[in-house]
Amino acid sequence: MSDFSIMIQMILVVFLIASAIGVSVTRNLFMAVIVFMGYSSVMAIVWLFLESPDLAITEAAVGAGIDTVLFFLTLKKVHALKGTREG
Amino acid sequence: MSENKSFWQRLKSWIDGEEILIDADKYISTRERKERVSYEKAVSMERLRSNSTLYRVLCVAITVIFIAVMLRVVIDLPMFGDPNGVTVNEVGQRYLEQGIEETGAINFVAGMILDYRAFDTFGESNVLFMAVIAVLMLLQRDKKNTSAAEDQEMAEDEVFDSQDSKLILKKGAKCLAPVVILYGIYVVLNGHLSPGGGFSGGSIIGAGLILYSAANGQKKMQTFFTIKTLTRISVACLLTYCGCKSYSFFTGANHVGWEIPKGTPGAILSSGFILPLNICVGLVVACTMYGFYALFTKGEV
Amino acid sequence: MSHLLTNYYEAASVILFGIGFMNLLLQNNLIKKFIGLNIMDTATYLFLAAKGYVFGRVAPILTNGIIDKDYYINPIPAGLVLTGIVVSVSVTAFSLALVLRLYKHYNSLNMDEILRMMREEEGE
Repeated sequence: MSDFSIMIQMILVVFLIASAIGVSVTRNLFMAVIVFMGYSSVMAIVWLFLESPDLAITEAAVGAGIDTVLFFLTLKKVHALKGTREG
Repeated sequence: MSENKSFWQRLKSWIDGEEILIDADKYISTRERKERVSYEKAVSMERLRSNSTLYRVLCVAITVIFIAVMLRVVIDLPMFGDPNGVTVNEVGQRYLEQGIEETGAINFVAGMILDYRAFDTFGESNVLFMAVIAVLMLLQRDKKNTSAAEDQEMAEDEVFDSQDSKLILKKGAKCLAPVVILYGIYVVLNGHLSPGGGFSGGSIIGAGLILYSAANGQKKMQTFFTIKTLTRISVACLLTYCGCKSYSFFTGANHVGWEIPKGTPGAILSSGFILPLNICVGLVVACTMYGFYALFTKGEV
Repeated sequence: MSHLLTNYYEAASVILFGIGFMNLLLQNNLIKKFIGLNIMDTATYLFLAAKGYVFGRVAPILTNGIIDKDYYINPIPAGLVLTGIVVSVSVTAFSLALVLRLYKHYNSLNMDEILRMMREEEGE
């Protein structure tokens, strides 16, 4: 593996840790879910670097797609999104 | 009168609804006592949490100690990507060397999870079905558990659905949903030839169904997909899976006796049971994912 | 210390696990707790997948007709993680359904408030 590829992987890993910390410190639930979606997408790319394309496809469909949809639906039900709270 | 009946007669009359096998009142009274005990525990936990500084300091200390110990372990692990590491052992090498000959799938991962370790995947699909049933129990809407405010919200949502206010979403979904579902079907059917398989393809099909339902409203979706469809497809797929794998376990787990035709590795109709099993898993996953979405939005599939 | 840099995936997965665990313990908001649980899940998967990787080898799908154990990476972690990802979705869906039921009853997502209201209800 070339140095360049290792460098890119390290940047991705640092991004993963940064977004995990971001989820923890943000006060806004909407922001937390969006950041978590970005985390999942970057995780899919990391799995391509680890030569596991099966995992990359599954993670992109499940982590960035369906998990996020479920979190958003919950937020809508508990009126945590702007515009859905009445009055 | 029930004492002199045999167990099977009692079971039969229980199925017919004439007799009670387990005394429910007794069961509930013991259960309530248990709940009280767990509540005592919750109170002491709450006392710990109420001392917020101590709780926070303890949590941070435990996590930091854990991370420090694990990082110390990471230093002693075999090097990342080392071809002579202990993780590259004979199990994986056997799958790689004889996988194609024994399973017929040129995607080694598909051959592994649907042939060598198919029992594991069967339990997995059952977990999915059980999860959607549990969510159905928790979130299904009926007259008893819905307040007037929620009913009004639902009515507003339906008005919003019928309006032309989401034109971009509707047009976009019209173009995208067929492509997404088609891609999902491709991923499922090529599970033994290329990356993907039942789990990933099923999630993609589920995402396509969610897109269609979000654009066109639940009413239109219910014309062809109801809770009956969901349970029937899931149960039929699980039973097919069970039947296929029972057959191959019965004949000696390694297909000793009757060889299922493997075909040419690389052809679409090859690799024995892997293609039908992939289709079963994909359908179960797609139904589950759409079921979650429908239950979270409307409380009914 | 240089080992930590060469084993950077494993080190990162341990740190991610710690962050997720801290979220699970310290957040008062139930939704953020479950995001923390998801981060813990992915950290474990990252560790497993990193242990299966070998330098210079390709993904475990037949390439150029070569059947050789020294040409492909280890397929076992991929199979384990593949099933794990889908189970984590069902766990997330189930826990979010429980959160919705709690919200319906107590009208709050804050764990401390819910515990307080539980105690008041019980005390009546």
